[in-house]
Amino acid sequence: MSNTVFAPWDDPSERPLIKFQNVTKRFGTFTAIDDLTVEIFEREFFALLGPSGCGKTTLMRMLAGFETPTEGAIDLAGQNIAMVPPNLRSVNMMFQSYALFPHLSIWDNIAFGLRRERMPKDQINERVSEMLRLTHLEKFARRKPHQISGGQRQRVALARSLAKAPKLLLLDEPLGALDKKLRQETQFELMDIQEKTGTTFVIVTHDQEEAMTVASRVAVMDHGKIIQIATPDKIYEEPNSVYVADFIGDVNIIPGTATPSGDDTFAIQWSEETAPLTAKSAIPFALDETCHLAIRPEKVAITADKPDDATNAVQGKILDIAYLGNSSTYHVELTNGAVIKAQTANTRRISRRAFTWEDTVWLSWTATAGVLLAS
Amino acid sequence: MQRFFLVFIPYIWLVALFLIPFAMVLKIALSDIAIAIPPYVPKFDWAEGIRAFLAQLDLENFIWLTQDDLYWKAYISSLRIAVFSTLCTLLIGYPIAYAMARAPSEWRPTLMMLVILPFWTSFLIRVYAWMGILSNEGILNQFLLWTGVISDPLVILNTNTAVYIGIVYTYLPFMILPIYSALERLDTSLIEAAEDLGCSRISAFWLVTIPLSKTGIIAGSFLVFIPTLGEFVIPSLLGGSDTLMIGKVLWEEFFSNRDWPVASAVAVILLLLLVVPIVLFQRNQQKQQEAEQ
Repeated sequence: MSNTVFAPWDDPSERPLIKFQNVTKRFGTFTAIDDLTVEIFEREFFALLGPSGCGKTTLMRMLAGFETPTEGAIDLAGQNIAMVPPNLRSVNMMFQSYALFPHLSIWDNIAFGLRRERMPKDQINERVSEMLRLTHLEKFARRKPHQISGGQRQRVALARSLAKAPKLLLLDEPLGALDKKLRQETQFELMDIQEKTGTTFVIVTHDQEEAMTVASRVAVMDHGKIIQIATPDKIYEEPNSVYVADFIGDVNIIPGTATPSGDDTFAIQWSEETAPLTAKSAIPFALDETCHLAIRPEKVAITADKPDDATNAVQGKILDIAYLGNSSTYHVELTNGAVIKAQTANTRRISRRAFTWEDTVWLSWTATAGVLLAS
Repeated sequence: MQRFFLVFIPYIWLVALFLIPFAMVLKIALSDIAIAIPPYVPKFDWAEGIRAFLAQLDLENFIWLTQDDLYWKAYISSLRIAVFSTLCTLLIGYPIAYAMARAPSEWRPTLMMLVILPFWTSFLIRVYAWMGILSNEGILNQFLLWTGVISDPLVILNTNTAVYIGIVYTYLPFMILPIYSALERLDTSLIEAAEDLGCSRISAFWLVTIPLSKTGIIAGSFLVFIPTLGEFVIPSLLGGSDTLMIGKVLWEEFFSNRDWPVASAVAVILLLLLVVPIVLFQRNQQKQQEAEQ
């Protein structure tokens, strides 16, 4: 078991827990979700990532039952739930504002959903204690929500939404209100809890780092459509479009025209003054087809002299240095005016750094370092 | 020094506008009726001294209030009318406040304006207008006769029904505004959270909306109950001879009987009755302020 990779999406025999089938949602003339089809599997930690207004929150609210799709079907465990009201779905949601009931104690907040199920009292007690233990909130059970800190409130909201043991838990920007350090800790806590309870989590976030950290798969959305669904590493290393490459992390996008030059290899003419670049791509490009080479700054090496064996090497002058502590990003202006970012880890003390402003340097990368994308 | 003044000024206010007038009324309540101007004895005389003056005061008028059943019947009746009309105002006011708070935000100032607008007309004129509406030949009866719903005019004016209509109409804004302000602050995601956790629309209303608008309900109820208990204008203009309210009794004692001491005793008891709800109201306001912090 420990050796098998968790990847139900690659297994055709696996049946999805949730299935959006050609779902469209319109608000008046505005199309929030545009003919969207997606499958989410059991035990998955699925992230919906995108800028505000891309439809990710609408998608989540349809899962919770607060919005009904204009067209299409939403299946949960094989049943169409598109018209089922929120109180009759075994789906629970953790709200962005946490939405804790201010007039109830932490204990009563967590017990709220269980009481609606008319669960026997001793079972409620047991379940609430279990939830309090899971989220380390035992000490605060008798307090009211305004008497605890933001991080504790976040955990109460999580405990409350998990208490009913839903098939699916929705998290709407769950860590948005926390400061950076607490957010990082909580991300790991969330993953831990997800693993312990075995619940399927769907998280909505605009923070790509958060999505990459917690999720088993990430769906990048824009204008009501899903642009790419893949594991975090694939989203980062093999984006399928300039939009995804640009949205996730830092990237250099070099536009040019492709010329096939061998097995999956292309020469990219991108500037009249410089030699063509070489890149490998599994996706074929025709002669003179417009393409974009997307290359991550950390995959660009920076050296004082021209490296002998580099596939791609360009010369330029350091325009700017962004010192981030653990790494530095150099903005290098090439002879043709283009600016390429290169990142190096700061393994040495800053006083012994090799390059400074106005230095002439060489940038180099391999043929497989970048991804060749159509426009 | 500055601090001293800050505390001192409200106390001067309280002493000048409440304690001194109250002491004067209490003194009259402890006096005896007399055919004189003003119509009571004793009057304070420097020559006799304070001891002789105090010796003449007695509780006779308060004892009289317990002996004649008119008074406690009037208190009970006032209390009943005040409780019942507060309840009616709440039942009518809450849905209005709820609808206002749920209305699109660009409508809300207009709706608010509509609630406050009646205050721009004199209260007395509005009560007189109700007399015109409710009388036997009034607009309401004419309309109902015209539609054929009734064949004989309804007798509403000069009954308790007219008093309830008048009170509910007059005090409705005092109920609506505090409830509206509580409901407007209510985060709609709390209702969604309740539904998400298994509540139907109705149970979410009972378990979340009502508890969270409790302070508004309490504030509105007291704002209606307290003035209604001593209400005089509405029962005397819209009510009939059988409408018994303490404000009316008080007025008759003062102006028809010219029995200032008994009237003052009635007023003192009324004030003591009102202290309880006023204290409760203040406590509610304080709690609300604490919750907001």
